[in-house]
Amino acid sequence: MSLISLQNLFYRYTTSSEKFVLNDISLTIEKGEWITLIGANGSGKSTLVKTLNGLNVPQKGEVTIDGLALNEENIWTIRQKVGMVFQNPDNQFVGSTVQDDVAFGLENIGVPREEMIERIDQALIRVGMENFKQMEPARLSGGQKQRVAIAGILALRPEIIVLDEATSMLDPKGRAEVLSTVKSVKEESNVTVISITHDINEAAQADRIFVMEQGQIKHVDTPEEIFKLGEELIDLGLNVPFAEQLKEELARRGLNVPEEYMTEERLVEWLWKYDSKM
Amino acid sequence: MDKLILGQYIPGDSFIHRLDPRTKLISSIWFILLIFMASGWWTYGLLIATVFIAAKLSQIPIRYYINGLKPLTFLILITVIFQLMFSQGDTILFEFGWLRITQEGLINAVLIIIRFVLIVFMSTILTLTTTPLEIADGIEALLRPLKRFKVPVQEIALILSIALRFVPTLMQETEKIMNAQRARGVDFSAGNLLERMKKVVPLLIPLFISSIDRADQLAVAMTARGYHGGEMRTKLRQLVWSRNDWLIFGIFTGLTLFLVVGRFII
Repeated sequence: MSLISLQNLFYRYTTSSEKFVLNDISLTIEKGEWITLIGANGSGKSTLVKTLNGLNVPQKGEVTIDGLALNEENIWTIRQKVGMVFQNPDNQFVGSTVQDDVAFGLENIGVPREEMIERIDQALIRVGMENFKQMEPARLSGGQKQRVAIAGILALRPEIIVLDEATSMLDPKGRAEVLSTVKSVKEESNVTVISITHDINEAAQADRIFVMEQGQIKHVDTPEEIFKLGEELIDLGLNVPFAEQLKEELARRGLNVPEEYMTEERLVEWLWKYDSKM
Repeated sequence: MDKLILGQYIPGDSFIHRLDPRTKLISSIWFILLIFMASGWWTYGLLIATVFIAAKLSQIPIRYYINGLKPLTFLILITVIFQLMFSQGDTILFEFGWLRITQEGLINAVLIIIRFVLIVFMSTILTLTTTPLEIADGIEALLRPLKRFKVPVQEIALILSIALRFVPTLMQETEKIMNAQRARGVDFSAGNLLERMKKVVPLLIPLFISSIDRADQLAVAMTARGYHGGEMRTKLRQLVWSRNDWLIFGIFTGLTLFLVVGRFII
């Protein structure tokens, strides 16, 4: 059975509004997958992921997480299974220090203190923030705050980590920091990652990319296939990768560039072989 | 911006740092009561010595305490001037027209300064050596008996700790908005008091709007992390009563007895 299964989801913010923000969405996600959701602003990405833990309750349709159909009884169990990192690093930092913030989720589910201390230490080591335990949020960078947010989720031993534009407010360094943290966490414990992003590097990590348009899922495919869409990607809210931009420019100058998606490294490799006669 | 030392905890591991926040809260309030019980120079001497020793024990440089005093300079000055001008007394030191400064007035003024300085120093010791969260925890613990009367003590404590945690964040935000306004030509230091107050309005409105936005996002984040009210919550932070806390209460009881005896007998 799939880890996440959504069936014919319909959602609108108010019953009076005509338009459904989520309009008949069905999908399944397997354990250990990395899924990226892309789409223009207002296409319903954020609304969709918030149905996974009952922050948004769909008017119609069914949400099943790890075999549990989401309802009022098991909503707190599901919230423990689905951890979310939000966009603004400051507005999700509840605790006064790093360790208090990681503790927040554990306190909510009533973990005994001894075990809490152990879990906090483990979680902080996994995100590389163990030396910042006593620090206040004001003295941390955005990337560090997001890593603490990830630790707060890890301490709850989740099945799924949702990154709701978690890197969009960070500088390139913070972005790389958070991304490599998520990668290493995923390798260690095979959690399922769902990320909403406009960042192509983050999107490239995915096993599958879901493209959303006006409350529906329009395409599902691997990054390689999706990135072939070229300039259309910009309309979908993604910044086209540098390698693709360069390829386009080269093609305009009459070079015979290959069709398939290339990472920067592979493009470099291709470029230095281009004129070689061997 | 950050002259007012609020939640400006200085990390350390001194005797004072390690005291239970409940002890520090109670003794700060207790000390203020003691100040108003003081009579005569030797009692003041005793209280000054207490504060001095406590400040010394905190291992925090004295300039932090003086910084805590600065925002109140104006208030102290005004009170002193009032005391000097309007105190009744017989021993006239100086007279000029209607202005008459008496020895009693002068003594009162000095006492007022001492009282102010003592109160500020004592509360600064509390805020410098105790994290805002510890203070919130202390208050929660002290208010716990009120739970019986259906007062939502845990929620109040959480609100308090979140409010404290966001003070630096909102200060940074204010700074940002001020800079944005400055870039558009606003000069916050120009004009008279009324004009300057008017310039604060365009600071407050964006600050309010963004605070509400923050609160909304924070509530969503807290819900996502499973927050659903008090009952079954456990706590990472636990207050531990140590021997040193008993020692402090011993000292304060001693001080109080001393002052009471001093007031009524000597």
